[in-house]
Order: sequence, then structure tokens, then C-alpha cells
Amino acid sequence: MTDVILEVRDITKTFPGVKALDAVSFDIRPGEVHALVGENGAGKSTLMKTLAGLHQPDGGEILYMGKPITVAGPLEARQEGILLIHQELSLSPELSVAENIYLGAWPTNRFGVLKKRELRQNSAKALKALGCGFGPDVRVGTLSVAMQQMVEIARAEAFRANVVIFDEPTASLTDNEKDQLFQTIRNLKSKGVGIVYISHKMDEIFDITDRITVLRDGQVQGTVDTAGTDLNQITRMMIGRTLDNYFVKAKAEFGEEVLRVEGLSNKGLFRDVSFSVRQGEVLGLYGLVGAGRSEVVETIFGVRKADGGKLWWNGAEIPLPTPRQSIDMGMALVPESRKEQGLVLMMGGRENTSLPHLQLFSSGSIMDKKKELETYRKYQEALAIKTTGPDQAVSQLSGGNQQKFVLAKWLCANPKLIILDEPTRGIDVGSKSAIHELIAELAEKGLAVIVISSEMPEVLGVSHRVLTMSEGAVVAAFEGDGLTEENLIDAVSHQPASVAAE
Amino acid sequence: MTDATTTSSQSTSPFGSVIQWLLRNHIWVFLALTIVVFSLASPYFLTVKNMSNILTQGAFIGILAIGMTMVMIDGEIDLSVGAILALACALSIGLQPVIGSWPAVFVGLLSGAALGFVNGTLVALSGMHSFIVTLGALIGIRGLVFVYTGENALMVEDFAYTEIAEVYLGPLSLTAMLFIALALFFQWILSSTRHGRETYAVGDNIEAAHDAGINVKRHKIINFTLCGTLAAVCGILLSMRLGTAEPNAGKVWELWTIIAVVLGGTRLQGGYGSMWMTIGGVFTLAVLRNGLRLLNTPNYVELMVMGAVLILALVLDKALNHRGDH
Repeated sequence: MTDVILEVRDITKTFPGVKALDAVSFDIRPGEVHALVGENGAGKSTLMKTLAGLHQPDGGEILYMGKPITVAGPLEARQEGILLIHQELSLSPELSVAENIYLGAWPTNRFGVLKKRELRQNSAKALKALGCGFGPDVRVGTLSVAMQQMVEIARAEAFRANVVIFDEPTASLTDNEKDQLFQTIRNLKSKGVGIVYISHKMDEIFDITDRITVLRDGQVQGTVDTAGTDLNQITRMMIGRTLDNYFVKAKAEFGEEVLRVEGLSNKGLFRDVSFSVRQGEVLGLYGLVGAGRSEVVETIFGVRKADGGKLWWNGAEIPLPTPRQSIDMGMALVPESRKEQGLVLMMGGRENTSLPHLQLFSSGSIMDKKKELETYRKYQEALAIKTTGPDQAVSQLSGGNQQKFVLAKWLCANPKLIILDEPTRGIDVGSKSAIHELIAELAEKGLAVIVISSEMPEVLGVSHRVLTMSEGAVVAAFEGDGLTEENLIDAVSHQPASVAAE
Repeated sequence: MTDATTTSSQSTSPFGSVIQWLLRNHIWVFLALTIVVFSLASPYFLTVKNMSNILTQGAFIGILAIGMTMVMIDGEIDLSVGAILALACALSIGLQPVIGSWPAVFVGLLSGAALGFVNGTLVALSGMHSFIVTLGALIGIRGLVFVYTGENALMVEDFAYTEIAEVYLGPLSLTAMLFIALALFFQWILSSTRHGRETYAVGDNIEAAHDAGINVKRHKIINFTLCGTLAAVCGILLSMRLGTAEPNAGKVWELWTIIAVVLGGTRLQGGYGSMWMTIGGVFTLAVLRNGLRLLNTPNYVELMVMGAVLILALVLDKALNHRGDH
């Protein structure tokens, strides 16, 4: 028997405009749990989908039990014994447990008639081997998420899987359910199954895995033994980059305090967050994906309901606002996913700009189109947005120009505080520096700015002060000479004791 | 509550499983209720002859509804069944002088299968919604029927053709028998074959079905082809029964078909339903139409009552099955 079940050699996969996987190599041994970590977009999911037959690689080869194979489709992958357990569970809620275990691969005779008894018996056997407390006839829709996950894992027993890939398996599990899952993973491991474990949660990775492979921008940064490494090293491998960008920082002339929060908490997302931001100040919020950064600002803005905490606006304590109140008092939140939350893609720039503040552009319910157009022109020129006209659908614009319209629509209400969540994600370098300049300009005009970013050079470059978050808590704050990559990496790889103990 | 009902289906108490079946197929309770009401209201309702009529009248919509159920469990819809029916009806009569009765019937059947295949292929490959694709097909095919018939009703020349449908087994006409046989056959397909499981899986969670390696496109093409073929069967039976092919035959029948299927409890979004439900829905609709006519209800009042009943049935369905959660 070889000591490697599955080996990936120089796998490359390109999507239009993106090299998702760039000569990736790694291997899985029997009876090991192999973690695959990396920030969003690093290529983890693409790699796993390639192994499970959902993507075909453009280059490289996959060796299974020492022999090169092509994984033609998901069914072939399962029959070979490679099983992917999706983050969003891949089950049919109206079908029974047995029917879901064998989804798409039901035992039939050659006329396509189901062998129901075989289906039930084999499923019952698989469920029993896992110690599941439910039978094969239960409708999957009536099961809890954890039980549904067990149905997917039962496929590993039913198909005698040699490789099982877990994609963020604990995302919606309670601690108790997580312990049970880990027990199941250890059982699979003891049977010699090779397990790939994808997760953002570092404590889980150090708890259950034997080796860790780090991906960044579609490339393998290295594979290390879990026992011989620490969080600091892994974090560095995940995020360390050496891009020498030039950043403009606004002059540090701060005015009155605009916003202060104290003890803000939201159960399961973040806890006890306190900070303040002043006029003319750019405050950076930095942390790994899942640290709770976006959730904090969404709670302040009122999109999410807080479980506790106090909020001061212009020095006066007020109850936590609703989104409408936030907009009215001069807060603007530019969300991360501009396509989903920020813009109406079918509308032109003119209509998108006026959308959140229609009351400013209308008398009664009649729109003042002239004023709307003037405002559009003002921002289109000020932000140098490239369009063919005020009514060109924003879906046809580049990411950078779309992002500028998102900014325009919030700026035309003259906010006092603007919160930018990943303002430069997915846009080209030229637009990026234009947005960085704009951030500095806004701060110098006296706005308070909060910038959330996963890009360390960006956060360091534009902010006067940076708060780092980890697992739902603010772990450190830096300003002035303290704003260095070293400090930020140390801070986010530090486990907040209070949360870890929870 | 859903947990409790699931466990009760596991306990083998026959009484419990009857209750369970009725909860899922509550349309049959509703059907029994309407039969009781009309029996009390009209002396002409509960007679063998009238029952036989209802079965035959219902069977036409019923055969369309079988195909529609397959397509709807897939999460799709087929609005073109009425037009496909009219084309098959016209071809099976119009071609008789040219190629003979049975070959004409065969061509009619083939036309339905072919059009269903085209519908399915367009839906599966273009990614357009089946509502739009089959709405286009509905208009286009109806136009084709008018072109083919020259806007006139085609008459059958060999009257032996109209005798074929006059086979009765007791009160059951050939059409009614065929409907029931086909419905039972397709129920078996749904419950006991790979294709049936695929139908539920595709309609319920298309991502999961795709990830499990089910060929979703081929699967949908098969169901649309089945639906078109069944529409042609219905059209041929109609041509035998009437002996003429009206260019307007089967107009708005697609709507009655959808109503019957939805009334039965099959979910419009897909993933849930059965032929038992559809049979119940088809006969409930037939009983309502027949009963209201026996009571000399004016046509427009009949439509109002039917509309109200449909909405009521759907409200009941939601309340009984708590299926709003997905």
C-alpha cells in the first residue's frame, strides 16, 4: 500500500480573468486530517471542486492510489471514493435519508427500477456505522442541520470513501454538535480514510488536523506539520504580501468625536466592542475573514440587531439606530458586496446615485429630474467615473467605476461618517489608488471614515489608527509608529482568551 | 410538529398511516366533501351516468395533468400542452385521407413528443425560464394549427375512427381507463424508478442534484418530452371522441391543467407532489364543474366559484402542511 492516497500535481485552473489555481500540488495520506487554509479567493474551493469532479483542471494531474485519473464528474468521484461534503449542504429535503445518501446513484436494476430494499438496508448500515439516531426513511427536511450533515457523511460509509473533503463543516453547528462531528472525523481517520479539512477557524484546525497546507492567490505557500507550527506562522503564510503600493494618507487633523460605541455585542458574531472615531480621522478595522468586522459596522448601522452596547453620536448618547435613522443622521455604509447590496445593476448611474435619498430629489412624490441629473454630473466629474451617459446600466461598468457610484450615492447626502467595507475588493489597481485618494480627501474635508479591509498594505496605508479584530473581539489598537505589518500579524494571530474559552 | 408526523409514519399503525396519507393528500377529503354536497343539492348528480361523464370529462385534463405533474415536480411549467393537443388532434384527423388512420395517429403522437423535446431542450440549454419558453411555444404552435387547418374544423371521413373511443368497461370510457392506467404507471415511475427520484431531486434542490452527478439537462428534456407526448395522447383521444379537429381545441386547457395539479397539492416550485394528488385534483375540478352546471349555475358564477375554491384549497394546503419554510 502506498503512503499517499491522493496526490495533486501542478494543477492549474483558469477562469475568465483569474488564475484560480496556479500549479498547485499537495497530497493526502491515509488516516490523516489535512487542513487547507487561505483567505477568501485563495483557491481552496476551486481545488476541492476539481477533486470532486465539479471542475475540470486546465493542466496538471491527479494521482489516485498511485495512478493518474481524470475525475469526469461528481458521480465518478463518489464511485472512486472521493467525497466532498459541501458547506451549503447538498441534500434534497423532500427525499428520505436513504434516497439522499445515494442521491443520483440509487441502486437500480438495468431498467432503472429502484431496488428499494437494498437502498434501505445499505443506508441503515451506513447510518448505524456512524451511530446516527435516525433511520433511513425519515424525510431529510425534518432533520436538524447537524443530522443533515451526518446524512452527507453517511455517503462516506455507503460509498466506502477513501478521501473525504469537509468544506467549512462547523459553520452552522453548535459546540456540542461540533464535538460529535470531530468524533466522527476521528473515527473515519482511524479507518484509514484521508480527510481534507477546509476552515477559517484556526482553533479547529489546530485541534483536529495533522498537516496544514496554505493557499494564497491560487498558489501553495507551503505544507507544514500541525504539531510543528503555530498560528503566527500560518497567518503569515496566509496574508503576508510584499506589494509596494504608494498610499496617500490624510493630514492628521482631528475634530470632534463623531461616533463612539461601548460594549457593543451581537451574540455569536462579536462581543464587547468599544471604539470611537473623530472628524477627519480614518479608522481601519483589520482582521481575517470571519473575525466579525463587517458584522460590527452592520450592527452600528442597524442592519443587524445588537444584543447590547451603547452608542454616542456627536457626543450625545442615543439608542441604537435603525438603518433609516442612521442614514438620516448622516451615517453611510458602503457594503462589501456592491452587486448584492450596493447597486441596482439595471439602473443607470443617475438613478443609482439618488436612490437612497429620493426625498432630496423630489417634492411630494414627483422626482426633480433636473436636480438629480445635476447631482449625477457633479459626482461623475468629481470622481472621474467613466460612463457613456447618466443612464448607462451600471452592470456594464468596470468594478472600479461601479464602486465609485456606490460612493457617489452615499456622498450626495453629505454624511458625517462614512463606513467603507472592503472598498477596493476586486477592482483594478488604477481605480484602487483613485479610491485611496478619495478616502484621504474625504477625511481632510472633515468626515469621519471607517475602512474595513483584508489587505494589510491598504489598511496601513490609509488609516490613522487601526483596530485589529480576531474571533469577534477587538484585540489591539495601533497608531503612529505602531502601524506596522509585524504588529498587525501578531495581533490577529493572537487568540482572545475570553472568546476562545466560550 | 413535522418531526412528530414523520415518526408517526414510521410507526406501523394502519390508522396512523391513513391519517398521514390523508394529510398529504387532503384533496381527496375535499373531493369527498364536494361529492356529498352536490349529491344533496342535485338528484341528477350521484347517478352512474353522471359519474361516468365526470370520469371521462376529467380524464382529458387528467392526461395533460400527468405530464404537467412530472414537469412541475421538476420545478418547471409547460404552458404549451393545450396547443400541442390541438396540433396532434388536427394531424391525426387531417392526415387520415393521406396516410391512413393509424399512421396519422402515430404522426400526431410524434408531433407531441417532438415539440416536448424542443421545449425541454430550449429550457435546459438556454437557461430561459420554462414559463417564457412554453408561452412562446403555446402561441407559435397554436398559429401552426390555424395554418394547418386553414382556420376550419377538420372532419373525420372514416367514422369507424370515432368508434374506437366508444369502448366502455362498465361506466369507464376508454379515455377514463387510459387516464387511470397512465396515472398509476407514472406514480410507479415517480416512486419506484431512478427517473422518479431524479425528478424530486432536481425540483427540490437543483444544486444538490447537479453536485450528485445527475444529468439535470437530460433529465428535464425527458420530462418535457413526456409531457408533450401525453398532450398528444390527449389530443388524439379528443379527435376520436369528437370526430373533428377544431383549431381552437384545448384552448386554456393548460390553465385548467395547472389548476388541477396545484389543487392536488403538487408544489409549483417543485420537489413535492405525486400522481395521487393530481388524480384527486383532476376529479375535484371535474366534480366542481359538473356539479355547478347541474345546478344551472351561470357560466360566470361558475368561474368565480372555481377561482375562490382554488385559492381556498391552496390556503388549506399551506395551513395543513406547513410547507412555507422552504
